Amino acid sequence: MSTNHLDFELPIIELEKKIEELRRFTSNSRMDLCREVEALEKKAERLKREIFTNLAPRQRVQLARHPQRPHTLDYINLIMDGFYELHGDRMFSDDRAIVGGLCKFNDETVLVIGHQKGSNIQENIERNFGMPHPEGYRKALRLMRLAEKFNFPVITLIDTPGAYPGIGAEERGQAEAIARNLMEMSTLKTSLISLVIGEGGSGGALGIGVADRTLMLENAIYSVISPEGCAAILWRDKRKAGEAADALCLTAQDIIKLRIIDEVVPEPLGGAHKNHEQVATLVAESLKRNLSELKSFSIKEIVRRRFEKHRHIGEFLELREEAISVRGTEDGDEK
Amino acid sequence: MIWPRKQVERTNGLGMRCNDCGEFILGKKLEKMLKVCPKCNYHFRLGARERISLLLKDGTFEECDSQMTSHDPLNFQGLELYRDKIVEEQKKTGLTEAVITGEGYLDNHPIVIAVTDSRFMMGSMGSVVGEKITRAAERAIEKRLPLLTISGSGGGARMQEGMLSLMQMAKTSSVIAKLNKEKLLFISILTDPTMGGVAASFASLGDIIIAEPRALIGFAGPRVIKETIHRELPQGFQRAEFLFKRGLIDMIVSRGELKKVLSELLDKF
Ligand SMILES: [Zn+2]
Repeated sequence: MSTNHLDFELPIIELEKKIEELRRFTSNSRMDLCREVEALEKKAERLKREIFTNLAPRQRVQLARHPQRPHTLDYINLIMDGFYELHGDRMFSDDRAIVGGLCKFNDETVLVIGHQKGSNIQENIERNFGMPHPEGYRKALRLMRLAEKFNFPVITLIDTPGAYPGIGAEERGQAEAIARNLMEMSTLKTSLISLVIGEGGSGGALGIGVADRTLMLENAIYSVISPEGCAAILWRDKRKAGEAADALCLTAQDIIKLRIIDEVVPEPLGGAHKNHEQVATLVAESLKRNLSELKSFSIKEIVRRRFEKHRHIGEFLELREEAISVRGTEDGDEK
Repeated sequence: MIWPRKQVERTNGLGMRCNDCGEFILGKKLEKMLKVCPKCNYHFRLGARERISLLLKDGTFEECDSQMTSHDPLNFQGLELYRDKIVEEQKKTGLTEAVITGEGYLDNHPIVIAVTDSRFMMGSMGSVVGEKITRAAERAIEKRLPLLTISGSGGGARMQEGMLSLMQMAKTSSVIAKLNKEKLLFISILTDPTMGGVAASFASLGDIIIAEPRALIGFAGPRVIKETIHRELPQGFQRAEFLFKRGLIDMIVSRGELKKVLSELLDKF
């Protein structure tokens, strides 16, 4: 059982412990407490449902970052066949924070790319906590070009706190690497699906996230800035990250209302980390459906729709010239 | 979104003290020098309108989309309301948003121009900035003119509009792809500071990228980097000269030379 309990899970954990104790007691004695156990189990289920359907954004942030949550390679192992990882940007090095390669999925060859976080400190150091350098984005673009050449669909899995803020990253053009990916992905001549599986951290996430279909897992987050970063700037206090999480509209449920993502993929009750196989099955089902829907369009139409989709994101007011002049007259009257 | 780098305007009515070398420069002299320190070549930050009048032929600039404003789509509540902050910034700067776009003549070259203003919410890109930049590029395509952008943005993607801001990076970058397909010229000028989501989208995608001397340019803010790596940053880190040495920009051009350089470049297309 996982040892990383989140604070809001405690009531459930306690109830589950109680059930466990009762069970042990029943098996060791002659008393039949089956009915009591059953009642408690029902109660636990109800409690779980109640807690997990009313999660605050800050709680989803915790779930999205849960170390036991399945990461990119877990999904690849669970739902894709014959994966071969392809390495390196051919210019500088191989960024371990982004993995990519070819596999069979739904009876066709697919290129899959994703940020790779670790499940423990050792792995996280190896993967730089899923924070890519420019060479990671350049490797991703190189692989997408390969997919384009053979018309393989591209699936990207997003799970990063952000692009790495470091000296080498800046020296090698972190901003340029991300910008180029945004531009090149916008016209890539094959179908692109992005799924946020955990943490969608800002430009570092979007750098592999321009797609025909953008999906998010139920407890994933996608944000312009980390709640901690936002709190440090706007509240001048990192401890206000909870407030910032509430304000940023970073949950899948909020973002789909902004029409920035296309679909929220459900997770097992209690979160993806509770049942890797189940969440992977749900992910596979959604990816297959979206891939087959995209098959009904020509490549040209796919690229055109991708452009249109991004072209229309944004909300603003446009005051007409008349409105301005009316306001001017009113000001004049007041004088 | 990047940490703000405070630029204190040290002025006493008669003139200003250079932020870099501390030299006191009389107001008239400073104007004549285009706000460049005569002693150390420090480039003071300029507003968007100042930059336009510096480059375009008098009376030729026609502004577009000047009445587009943000309407606080997330109903964002920080220590202060975003909608209040916008009104405050509008009053402070006399601008409606952090970018001015339009058309005009640079010498005899008709161009489409977009200039962000780092004084308005740190020049950050929300829906309005993204939309106006995109429309500017579309206007360039429609009229088959070169596009010139001048970026000054310490803020990157504007956090008060959440994911809507982040997606402006994708939007502006995809319209640059369209510009490329149409074989139109895009020159991007980077001024102090160009960071975060602006640096990581259209501003880094110019056919030709020019920076002002010593401008701070990068993805992550220096303070965030320092906090992450727990050591001092090298001298001149993320400055225009640093980027130039590493092959990230085409040239560094002083403010006084910029118009001539642009004009001579435009001659070649
Ligand atoms: Zn000076």
